[in-house]
Amino acid sequence: MTLTPDQIIMFTAFGIPINATIFYTWVVMGLLVVASVIITWNLRPDVPPNRWRTALEVIVQGIQGQIAEIAQKPSRPLLYFAGTLFLYVAISNLLLVVPGFEPPTSSLSTTTALAISVLIAVPMFGISSRGLGGYLKTYIEPSFIMLPFNIISEFSRGISLAIRLYGNIMSGAVIAAILLSVAPFFFPVVMDVLGLLTGIIQAYIFAILATVYISSATATPPIHQLNKDIT
Amino acid sequence: MTDLGIIAAISIFTAGLTVSFGAIGPALGEGRAASTALSAIAQQPDAASTLSRTLFVSLAMIESTAIYCFVVAMILIFANPFWNAALAAAAATGG
Repeated sequence: MTLTPDQIIMFTAFGIPINATIFYTWVVMGLLVVASVIITWNLRPDVPPNRWRTALEVIVQGIQGQIAEIAQKPSRPLLYFAGTLFLYVAISNLLLVVPGFEPPTSSLSTTTALAISVLIAVPMFGISSRGLGGYLKTYIEPSFIMLPFNIISEFSRGISLAIRLYGNIMSGAVIAAILLSVAPFFFPVVMDVLGLLTGIIQAYIFAILATVYISSATATPPIHQLNKDIT
Repeated sequence: MTDLGIIAAISIFTAGLTVSFGAIGPALGEGRAASTALSAIAQQPDAASTLSRTLFVSLAMIESTAIYCFVVAMILIFANPFWNAALAAAAATGG
């Protein structure tokens, strides 16, 4: 049993071994980009929308609505960032049903990379919204004593983001593999259905948490105190 | 009992212990969270969408502690760092 798709070598290109994580990451990225480009190829006001374009609009408007409910200041860059995270994680979790596909999110490298990109995005959004001084001031916000705890919480939220996604997807794969050796006929299918549900929920939560972290870094204090709806 | 046997026995026992204690806490916590959210929805059905969204996010955050314990148990069983060191030491002394 392999705990991570990092150990599976697909092929060797120019002397560099390409493992399953890199390969399937590019498969998912290519799928998303090619599908979006094909659907929006003929995007003109006089062309009537077909069913594919409507489906894409439903997805994008759904993400927009969720962000507008959570963030105090919804913005286009936030939509791009959180929407990309959600779509990538959701598609790579959903392709679990394709035989031979190893979800790249079941590798700790992928989830750590996603968590690091969130950790880098939070200060960038914060600085672009309130300026460098205004952002750095949030670290000593209640009092100066909280400075180390704020820094620790910054790193621990990144670690928990990475381990949460990795553990959930990896546990689904491990449980399916164990059940295959115990009851190979029917049970693995049921566990795969559960894995699909977990995958979508985890993708949602990953994007939601990224949105919450970013919007808490960009929020101005008076609005933050008015809005008691934490999420 | 050989060194490898001791390492294997302690690793397996600790993995079971990790999962069992790691399951108790989040189970109690998730039960509390779900029952509180259900009574809140029963009192205010209009806020059901906000409540269920918050419930999902908080359930996943509570559950992640159980997932951490599961990851630690998997590392203990399948990727134990002491196992390879003991194998190398045994090969060095034996050969």
